[in-house]
Amino acid sequence: MSRMRLAMRNRAFLFFSLIMPLAFLFIYAGIFGRGRAQAVPYLLAEVLALTVMGSFWGLSVQLVTFREQGILRRFRVTPVGASAMLASSLLSNYFLTLPTIAIEFFLSRSVFHMAGLGNLISVFILVTLGTISFASLGLIVASVTNTMQETQIINQIIWFIFLFISGVTIPFPMLPGAVQAFAVFLPATYLVSGLQRAMIDHTGILDLGMYAASLIGCALIAFLVAAQLFRWDPEAKAPRRAKLWAAAAIIPFLLLGAWETFNGDLRAHAMKNLQSIREPYSLERIDH
Amino acid sequence: MLTAATIEVENLTKRYGDVEALRGVSFSVGEGEVFGLLGPNGAGKTSTVEILEGLRTPDGGRVSVCGLDPQTSGVEYKYIIGAALQSTALPDKMRVREALDLFGGFYPRRRGAAELMNRFGLEEKRNAFYSQLSGGQKQRLALAMALVNDPRVVFLDEPTAGLDPQVRHEIYDIIEELKKEKKTILMTTHYIEEAEKLCDRVAIVDHGKVIAEGTPSELKKRSGAVTRITVRMARPETNGALNTLEGVTECRTEAEDYLLYSTRVPRTIVALVKHLEEQNNELVSLEIAAPSLEDIFLELTGRRLRD
Repeated sequence: MSRMRLAMRNRAFLFFSLIMPLAFLFIYAGIFGRGRAQAVPYLLAEVLALTVMGSFWGLSVQLVTFREQGILRRFRVTPVGASAMLASSLLSNYFLTLPTIAIEFFLSRSVFHMAGLGNLISVFILVTLGTISFASLGLIVASVTNTMQETQIINQIIWFIFLFISGVTIPFPMLPGAVQAFAVFLPATYLVSGLQRAMIDHTGILDLGMYAASLIGCALIAFLVAAQLFRWDPEAKAPRRAKLWAAAAIIPFLLLGAWETFNGDLRAHAMKNLQSIREPYSLERIDH
Repeated sequence: MLTAATIEVENLTKRYGDVEALRGVSFSVGEGEVFGLLGPNGAGKTSTVEILEGLRTPDGGRVSVCGLDPQTSGVEYKYIIGAALQSTALPDKMRVREALDLFGGFYPRRRGAAELMNRFGLEEKRNAFYSQLSGGQKQRLALAMALVNDPRVVFLDEPTAGLDPQVRHEIYDIIEELKKEKKTILMTTHYIEEAEKLCDRVAIVDHGKVIAEGTPSELKKRSGAVTRITVRMARPETNGALNTLEGVTECRTEAEDYLLYSTRVPRTIVALVKHLEEQNNELVSLEIAAPSLEDIFLELTGRRLRD
């Protein structure tokens, strides 16, 4: 509770978690969608994914700030353990993300005349799992970096990878083949694609099982690793070993990516998703 | 007074890289006692307290608080201790009332935020953000937070460092009150007055070792009950004659002042005045001070507490 109130008072947090996603919504739906209602579900899915991925930023920066200012040390004298500390961050972040998601749906309906709401259960589950996964990944970054500067740099790099080659900005089918092959190893790709299918085709969560499972795996491993690496003290530096641990968080995606590469239907679905907004774009460049 | 040792520290060692911060610190604190660790910055006071708070792990030695080991006792240990760290930091946008509620919420047994705010004079600031508080208010909040769980043992690390004298006295009053509640308190300080005023017993720490321990008056007696006479003269003395005045056991110079340590004060004064007349020198100021912990520290280490 207290964490939520703190976050509400933080302007940077408000920007990343509320204003930025909403701005994307207007840009996407207004410009790319050219106000056409049938394009909105596809674009809204991207905005939802962006909102969820935003958790990645907020939490890592908050945790590093708390550590650097010596705030975590005071908590260490209390009975609160590392896991409880992290879980409370994740929960407060999650409950702050939900209203943004609701606002995005509301605006899509009222301003951009989106028909239907997609498969809300699937969307809800993917948003929940995604928020926890990305927030946990952020917590890992917070734990392996020693200063705010380092955190920002690593965050930027990872963020840009997520942003440009997961399909959240540039549609997946438009990415070069080699980049696509890499993108199937990213958690963000599954989040985006899963949300699009839920929005456009109203796909039920059972049919998105692989996506959901990968996000659960990511959330679990990332949380465990984050708890393992958690540091209270600004003086204690991250050990080398920590960076290896952090690498463990990508295991589920290596497995999933490998599976996807040989058996998957992600590309086909991504193509189909994109076709839902086909008309205004010229897609001749895409060969398949 | 010493019914049972509530805090026991035995031969504690700790090094940070090449620096030996603690070189075998030992002391014990009885139930309901206010115990002070007195020493200059870098003496090892904070390292000792942070090991007791469970914030650091010792390299060697043994510590026990109420029979529990801070390293291995976990939550059970956290329930019985309260701490005001050397610099307690809270998020800027946290309100006073929220901080007390939040930290109180971590414990099954706790004191109400209203009671604590009232007691620490924070009522008016209940809705102020942490960043809006003055240094003294932040420190009072830190003390209030140390008590949210009504702990048996309270650790106060430099509770008045960086505060102006008036605010420091407010904090003294608060600690005096805790004393009345029979809490066992371990505090660190580099202010002599603070240790003399508040502590039942004191350990003087220097270079990671306890170099003297006892009640403030015991320590003074042990120092040979020499009285310090601080003299300032119109012309500086050069030939060391002050050393030979009657009753003087030692003479030091400090800037323009001469510090005479005497076992027979009246005779020393008479001899001093005579000596000045003979030398045609004049007295600028004269101060007679009963031995303080500062003198004991000086005597033991040859250095002053504050540089």
